[in-house]
Amino acid sequence: MSEIAAALLGFAGGMVGGLLGVGGGILFVPALVIFMDESQVSAEATSLLAIVPVAIVAVWRQLGYGNVRVRDGLVIGALSPVGVAIGVVTSNEISQRALELIFAGLALVIATQLLLRALRPADRPSD
Amino acid sequence: MQRSPAATSRTVKLAAIGTAGGIFSGLLGVGGGSVIVPLLIIWLGYGAREATGTSMMAIVVIAAVAVTLQAFYGNVDPPNAALVGVPAIAGAFAGTALQQHIPERLIAVLFAVLLVLVAIELIVP
Repeated sequence: MSEIAAALLGFAGGMVGGLLGVGGGILFVPALVIFMDESQVSAEATSLLAIVPVAIVAVWRQLGYGNVRVRDGLVIGALSPVGVAIGVVTSNEISQRALELIFAGLALVIATQLLLRALRPADRPSD
Repeated sequence: MQRSPAATSRTVKLAAIGTAGGIFSGLLGVGGGSVIVPLLIIWLGYGAREATGTSMMAIVVIAAVAVTLQAFYGNVDPPNAALVGVPAIAGAFAGTALQQHIPERLIAVLFAVLLVLVAIELIVP
């Protein structure tokens, strides 16, 4: 039963991922923690493995739709390992709780900016 | 036109987005997309669809690097990854197809909702 629930959340995660351009970890991680009894750390690591094929399929489809700026994506991807290294080191130096709260605040600020942009009149050129 | 400074500024922004996405991914295990997509829209003026497609290109690299590092710590469970990942591949087909039929503004609004959910997931212990 729990396997079926995890698989369903996996499908939903892939769908959200394809729709919004994220890997799907936001659903994979809870699916693995709640239904497959993985620890948070292990679930996050396992989730990353599940994200790889999701991202490959999504890129393939989006290339077909003409929605990928390949060079920009590769620049971002190529420089991200620097960030990953910083992240891994930092996570061992600073309290995880502090990091979670900082990122939560950041997410809310970005969400507000996105909403403000989405709600502003369409015919106005960007400032 | 200040072409050269603009091009430099653009590359710096891409670099910053890559680093921020990597930090997010390395720290929290949530793919860097939740950072990359909105920053492409807000900083570089991407349309929402282009932002999501380009983000996925970066995520292929980011997730591959991060999972390799995590594998050294023995934290990865491949059977469980397949359990959620295989259905997720079908989901990704459906999600990208659906995305082509909804307005870009709705994509941005849905993304804002996703970010609020991410924030809640981070805040709730």
